[in-house]
Amino acid sequence: MTDQLTTDPAKPAQRMRAGSMTIPLIPWVVAAILLCLMPYIFTANSAITIMNQMAITIIFALAYNMLLGQGGMLSFGHAVYAGVGGFACMHIMNMGDFFSGLPLPFLPIFGGLTGMGLATIVASFSTRNAGVVFAMISLGVGELIAACSVIIVVFFGGEEGISGDRTYGLPFFGVEFLQQVEVYYLIAFWLLLSAALMYLYSRTPLGRMANAVRDNPERAEFLGYSARWVRFYSFVASGFFAGVAGALFAINYEILTEENLNTTQSGAILLVTFLGGVGFFFGPILGAIVFTLVQTVLSLQTELWGFYLGIIFVATVMFFPGGLAGLIMMHVPALRMGKLGRLTVPYLKTLLPAVIGTMGAAALVEMTFHVRHAATGDHEMTLFWTTFDSHSLTPWLVAIAVTTACFAITRATAPAMLDAWNDANSADGNVK
Amino acid sequence: MDLIFVNLIDGLVTGLLLFMLSAGLTLIFSMMGVLNFAHASFYMLGAYFAFQISLAVGFWMGLLIAPLIVGVMGAGVERYGLRRVHQYGHVPELIFTFGLALLIEELVQFVWGKNQMPYEAPEILQFTAFAIAGNAIPAYKIFMIFISVIIFIGLLWVLTRTRVGMIIQAALTYPKTVESLGHNVPLIFMGVFGVGTALAGVAGVIAGPVLGTFPGMAFVLGSIVFVTIVIGGLGSLWGALVASLLIGWMTTFAKSYNFRMEDLLSSLGFIKPEPIWDSKWRDLWTITSPQIADILPYILMVLILIFRPYGLFGKRDA
Repeated sequence: MTDQLTTDPAKPAQRMRAGSMTIPLIPWVVAAILLCLMPYIFTANSAITIMNQMAITIIFALAYNMLLGQGGMLSFGHAVYAGVGGFACMHIMNMGDFFSGLPLPFLPIFGGLTGMGLATIVASFSTRNAGVVFAMISLGVGELIAACSVIIVVFFGGEEGISGDRTYGLPFFGVEFLQQVEVYYLIAFWLLLSAALMYLYSRTPLGRMANAVRDNPERAEFLGYSARWVRFYSFVASGFFAGVAGALFAINYEILTEENLNTTQSGAILLVTFLGGVGFFFGPILGAIVFTLVQTVLSLQTELWGFYLGIIFVATVMFFPGGLAGLIMMHVPALRMGKLGRLTVPYLKTLLPAVIGTMGAAALVEMTFHVRHAATGDHEMTLFWTTFDSHSLTPWLVAIAVTTACFAITRATAPAMLDAWNDANSADGNVK
Repeated sequence: MDLIFVNLIDGLVTGLLLFMLSAGLTLIFSMMGVLNFAHASFYMLGAYFAFQISLAVGFWMGLLIAPLIVGVMGAGVERYGLRRVHQYGHVPELIFTFGLALLIEELVQFVWGKNQMPYEAPEILQFTAFAIAGNAIPAYKIFMIFISVIIFIGLLWVLTRTRVGMIIQAALTYPKTVESLGHNVPLIFMGVFGVGTALAGVAGVIAGPVLGTFPGMAFVLGSIVFVTIVIGGLGSLWGALVASLLIGWMTTFAKSYNFRMEDLLSSLGFIKPEPIWDSKWRDLWTITSPQIADILPYILMVLILIFRPYGLFGKRDA
């Protein structure tokens, strides 16, 4: 589950590993056990709601990464496939006779098939090119379908969307999915199943060819593979799993609106996948978990969370194109050599001030925002568990002092951290 | 007949506005092979800066200064952002500009809030230029056409008739050769990026009073601009012009003439199902052209991509 999908031809060991077809079982067993135990650890209803949201986002992000990470295709309208799959499921839920003979856990198959059908149509004319042209087509098609949602009221339900009731389905071994926990287990089952299928897909020759076409389409064509058809199959498979995610959304929330289709949603999934890291299979999983948590926590704390998220995203693209997963996997060589421990102290010395300094900068931003946009006369604000007057001088001085001091310390200790990093990543004996 | 003239002028205004955005975008694309997703965001910045400046020193200084600031910001983005991301490839570049678009929208909300700004046309232009059969044409619209046409002619003149333009054109096709002839190609790229974003800034300054200055204005126009340059052919300046005008007129005419799908279907011999509100096809029968005016460009784009993948004027594969 952790091996690198981008292979470096300069490293024979890695090449060997990529070629071998062994599938590690342990992470999957651990994940299954964890998924089963989660509702016993976090019993609150709100926690289960968040976990459901997380699981749906994970499936969607993994499906998205089949395109972006594994196929090198950047889509700006992928929410459409999830959304349309969800809408189709909602209509099935509202078809009384058919739905009452269908157990709810089988519903996502229909969502997946709908997403796949739509993806087949769009892929037939959009996969000629990867890169910029593909991205533009995906954006145009996404906008088109999102705009259609207001016009085709029969299918999309117009502005208010459509809603349904999941409990009308055939009881599944006596379970009627009245409670949130029951829905959780349904989603968890589909999460495990789709993740496993997507992982296995990436191990098939077709999945491998997707990587080849991403890296060098010309050479793949010379080997006799049609780059276009390889992209086509990736797109169709990705559409299926996006549809599954949409279906699970329909089951969980029992309502779908235009918001599930629009560009904002498509942008969000790009954000999640890229922050998690597109180079590794587990990247999007990580991204979805962290993003959902951060979104839930930060959006309660501050109005400006979109601003922070934008900064983090741009910084990630500029400085850590591997995302979170890339950052973690950077430490594997050091771990293999047993020298990870040497990094702890330098990391603490540099990163702790950096974190505090960032919080100081965030405080400055919050205070500026409060001064500019709070109601007139409202001078009181609460930040980091302290309440103060945003129009007085002291908090500003404190924030500026803390920020500058911490960033100065970070700057001063950064070379030492770099040295430690080089030391931890070089074999013993040739330390500089 | 009179209404046609009014619509022609309205469509021309929309089309030329689109062109000012798509011209910069398509130039940048043909140069660096990267589509600047944040292009419409620079248009928005232009409007906001001009509003802020117009509060202090009036509209005309805003028209002069705001595009300059936007251009410098654009050049800065190219120098310190894009050039860094360039080494990772085209897809990360696109993702970077996408992130930048998000960030600029959040930044604008942070500084100016979520409400529409009271940015208005200067008083000297707030009169009716002329009227066609009772339909008043405001002078500001004529002014917009005037500015756009001047900019288009200026751009064309610089690109085709001056030495700088020749070097830019050469750098688009053979950057390596131009570099070995002693020209600073990265500087040319930065300059063209700056000028492209400045053009978007000008569009923002003159469109702000008409289309409204609010945080969503980049989003509203952004995707249409991409559609425009895809239809026109990626990298083609003439294509961008033709596609912009086409889209401008198409949407304006669709909005002002109420074509109904019902009439079309009836004339084709279909029988209207009764009662209509219970039929599966009710949405198809009740479609009117104002309703679908905004999605016509997308439909056109999909059709173009299916039948002529390089766009109307596109020559080369992206």
